[in-house]
Amino acid sequence: MIESFPSSDAQLPSAVELSDVNKSYGTFHVLHDVSLTVGQGERVVICGPSGSGKSTLIRCINRLETHQSGRIIVNSVELSDDSSKIDHVRRDVGMVFQHFNLFPHLTVLQNCTLAQRWVRKRPQSEAVDIAMAYLERVRIPEKAHRYPGELSGGQQQRVAIARALCMTPGIMLFDEPTSALDPEMVKEVLDTMVGLAEDGMTMICVTHEMGFARQVASEVVFMDDGRIIEKGAPDTLFGSPSHERTKRFLRNLLH
Amino acid sequence: MFDFNLFLSALFGWPLAKGAMLTMVLSVLVMGVSLMLGMAFGSAAGSKNKLLRFFIGAYVWLFRGAPALLILLFVWNGLPQISPIFRAGWFTPFFAAFLALTLIQIAYLSEILRSAFNAVGKGQKEGAAALGLHNWQTFLLITLPQALRIAMPALVNEFISLLKATSLATVISLKELMTITQFAIATSFRFLEWYGAALVYYMAMVSVMTILQSRIERALSKGHR
Repeated sequence: MIESFPSSDAQLPSAVELSDVNKSYGTFHVLHDVSLTVGQGERVVICGPSGSGKSTLIRCINRLETHQSGRIIVNSVELSDDSSKIDHVRRDVGMVFQHFNLFPHLTVLQNCTLAQRWVRKRPQSEAVDIAMAYLERVRIPEKAHRYPGELSGGQQQRVAIARALCMTPGIMLFDEPTSALDPEMVKEVLDTMVGLAEDGMTMICVTHEMGFARQVASEVVFMDDGRIIEKGAPDTLFGSPSHERTKRFLRNLLH
Repeated sequence: MFDFNLFLSALFGWPLAKGAMLTMVLSVLVMGVSLMLGMAFGSAAGSKNKLLRFFIGAYVWLFRGAPALLILLFVWNGLPQISPIFRAGWFTPFFAAFLALTLIQIAYLSEILRSAFNAVGKGQKEGAAALGLHNWQTFLLITLPQALRIAMPALVNEFISLLKATSLATVISLKELMTITQFAIATSFRFLEWYGAALVYYMAMVSVMTILQSRIERALSKGHR
């Protein structure tokens, strides 16, 4: 076997590194000195009450939100106002939204090929092949020529995952991907995400799906009031949380 | 009484056909140019730049507020008083009418398009940005097609209003459909036949637009049925 990488994982740069990130909307301080390191292939689940800043945090990673101080480094590129850096990071980071954000005027297939054509500059036939491969992977190839409005919520979210994967990102962000779904559709989306995790995708997930967190997370982060209160392995954080705030949140979640 | 033969010869005669053609060409030109500039104004109205927003607001306030007749007369009679440039041969009634109506039309279209752009959810832009699309790509590929679908009935309304508003240019002696009609009446004193023939032309043009509207709406509403 040929060793093409340094043998120790520790030498690989982190996928995402946030240090002392602060953000506020006017006088409302949304993120307070947030620091978080996500290694290559790690799967981090972020949970916390609504308004705790968890969505804002992951939206800072692909610069849908700008941070005011601190550093955010994604695959060795530090985010700043420099648009070429933003382009670079967005090319490497896929995102799945709570409300899917599929383009309603384009078919499922067009949703998956558009950015491949315009951002990756892939020829149409290659883009279609890649799109079909990922639609197979999320088990929805038969809907390729339908419009998003003709699909169920769970199907739309799986298309949204396929659309992001078509860009072959190294990191995937999930912003409450199952919160807008009917209960019976949550499983199909979570199964898709578990599959991704098993393939070694670096994932950062804002979700309250504890079962999913236990199954795939390498680390769970609990946030409140714009701060990271505690983080740890899922069994530790869910089983014996050290902070009162975390205990209260978990109690409310379970009942 | 009503002279049916005169009506037919008015309807199929050259003068009215030419007048109608001029009306149509003027309307299409004004609509085309003001649609482009209306898009620019409409999207700039949502910009973060306060000065730009103020400028757009002032523009809309002025050209939506002033009567079309006044602007036509101002452009045709007033501009030559400002500068000799506007006394040259190229400054024809057609050009003056085009300029005046375009100035007005931009104001109305930019308001319609501003609301249509706003109606396309923020999530669409975020979805596109997350995929790495640039702002102009997002605008052309994602926002614009959806905004046009929303705005289409209002845009066709505006086009139909414009088509009829071109008749105001009769005051600056542009030989459009209504001017020709009035000329013909002045020499023949046959009101019913000429008004009737002019009405047929307007109704025909508006009908074509109505049919086009439903075609375009069908094309743009893919995925929304």
